[in-house]
Amino acid sequence: MSQRRIRFYGAAGQIGTIAVTLLGLLLLTFFIGRLMPADPVRAIVGEDATRETYEQVYRSLGLDRPLWEQFFYYLGDVFTGNFGTSIRTGQPVIQDILHVMPATIELATFAILIGAGLGVPLGVLAAVNKDRWPDHVVRVFSLFGHSMPIFWTGMIALIVFYAHLGLVGGSGRMDQFYIGLVEERTGFLLIDSLMAGELDVFWSAVNHIILPAALLGYSSSAYITRMTRSFMLDQLGQEYVTTARVKGLSRSQTIWQHAFINIRVQLVTIIALAYGSLLEGAVLIETVFAWPGFGQYLTSNLITGDMNAVMTCVLIVGVIFIGLNLLSDVLYRIFDPRTR
Amino acid sequence: MDARVQPTSRLPAPIQALKNIVLFLLKSPTSTFGLFVLALLVLMAAFAPLIATHDPYAQDLANTLQAPGNGHLFGTDELGRDIFSRLVFGARITLTIIFLVSIVVGPIGLVIGTTAGYLGGKVDTVMMRITDIFLSFPSLILSLAFVAALGPSLNNAIIAIALTSWPPIARLARAEAMTFRKADYISAARLQGASATRIIFKSIMPMCLPSVLIRLTLNMATVILTAAGLGFLGLGAQPPLPEWGAMIATGRKYMLDSWWLVTFPGISILSVSLAFNLLGDGLRDALDPKQVNRR
Repeated sequence: MSQRRIRFYGAAGQIGTIAVTLLGLLLLTFFIGRLMPADPVRAIVGEDATRETYEQVYRSLGLDRPLWEQFFYYLGDVFTGNFGTSIRTGQPVIQDILHVMPATIELATFAILIGAGLGVPLGVLAAVNKDRWPDHVVRVFSLFGHSMPIFWTGMIALIVFYAHLGLVGGSGRMDQFYIGLVEERTGFLLIDSLMAGELDVFWSAVNHIILPAALLGYSSSAYITRMTRSFMLDQLGQEYVTTARVKGLSRSQTIWQHAFINIRVQLVTIIALAYGSLLEGAVLIETVFAWPGFGQYLTSNLITGDMNAVMTCVLIVGVIFIGLNLLSDVLYRIFDPRTR
Repeated sequence: MDARVQPTSRLPAPIQALKNIVLFLLKSPTSTFGLFVLALLVLMAAFAPLIATHDPYAQDLANTLQAPGNGHLFGTDELGRDIFSRLVFGARITLTIIFLVSIVVGPIGLVIGTTAGYLGGKVDTVMMRITDIFLSFPSLILSLAFVAALGPSLNNAIIAIALTSWPPIARLARAEAMTFRKADYISAARLQGASATRIIFKSIMPMCLPSVLIRLTLNMATVILTAAGLGFLGLGAQPPLPEWGAMIATGRKYMLDSWWLVTFPGISILSVSLAFNLLGDGLRDALDPKQVNRR
């Protein structure tokens, strides 16, 4: 009974924390959006509007009211799903974002598969060979991935693999002449093209996603490798590993069936967090590869000074981060018997 | 009255410590590489006019997009400016960013962290909630938002980066302050009637300083990549400033025919950020007693 009560209070406390963090997020985006020099009225009415028009828009945006009142209106809008309209596209911002999101999710998912597929084995390899040459090679390799400016690596990769070697597709999600061929159902091109039975489009899409996804994956594998290595080192230093070896298990059996089993939970949580930070790389890589996703939407709105759209994007990234943190917390609780 | 222990060598204690750290770092080839690159960066920035072979802003429209060689070590850009000289002068911008971000972020993080850690209770909860909110964004995204609002320029990019990179420092300083809070010498100071402000500034902050400095070094790789990313998106340094990220952005239009426009600035960014990462890695080993004992 008391155990249950503790868990109830734990969950309630967590919900409270999340609510406060969300409110803070909204406060932050509100203040960046309203208090800084960029003039939202000018952005709507243009440079040479009359004074009357300016005043009218000024009032209709509620800018003549006190700040705290404006904030409450903002909160109301956000909770009813009204994020304003984008000045650039004339569509509701949230609709725009829902439209571009699948492209980014597709890219990020592909990337995290590559990142984890690369990072986890390398981390194990480094831990098992601690302070020997494979450890050093892995360390430099992953620090390299962590240090590269991803927008630059993207260009170099385009020059080498697309322009010179012709191994992969160039920018965009598919070859130019396939655009519009597949009906958009889920927004995930790989799924849509398969559903429509258009194998040509599917392969073109794979050809286009592989390069940006590989680069994003490589950059996120740095973090995954480092964490896998340190989790693995913790396990390998424990006595049950020695016991298993003494009892006659082979080295690889001890590593994969004993030590690795015990770090799975931790790995899932850090991979969830790495997935979130891919969004950051996505903003840059989407610009380089002309990938019509969230990142490109954000940067093109930055350049036109569409603060409504920019702040909504920032808010959404914040919410995704909080969500992923929560998810990794929940996963930890579900999979780790000790937290039950 | 003077209870300070005199260091055995003739060098003052902090310099002696620094010397020991550098000696430790030089033992590892990767940290040595890091130190070497950073030394090169500082030298390039300090003696830029002597090292550069051309004026970094001088246009030569008769010699645009020249391949490397032929009097231009790394070739020329779309306005005929010498890329090598621009890179050399760009080192100054990079160093400025590093320096300004550090002197803003260090004190802010230190004050917020130590105050929260020392006072505890409600102050701590409120301050750490605020810190968490900032931490819930990837630094580039939040910097983007700030620059978008402030307007694109190098100074605003620096402000934005500083605004987004203090939370990890504050977290660290708080953790450190919490370990010192219960120490006897703090109780002694309090019994003598020292105010909380005095204790935080005089007794706690100096103790947190070393780890904060290391953390700052570690963060510099991220700072450089964020600054370059902002420059690339056109939100950082504006033309004609030879900022490396901005150079890549302008070179992008010509990259398929003139690879040198984007290649060399990229290698510069990569080297500096790699150097900070390698150095940070080495510093962690140098200052982590657990690591030393394991060897």
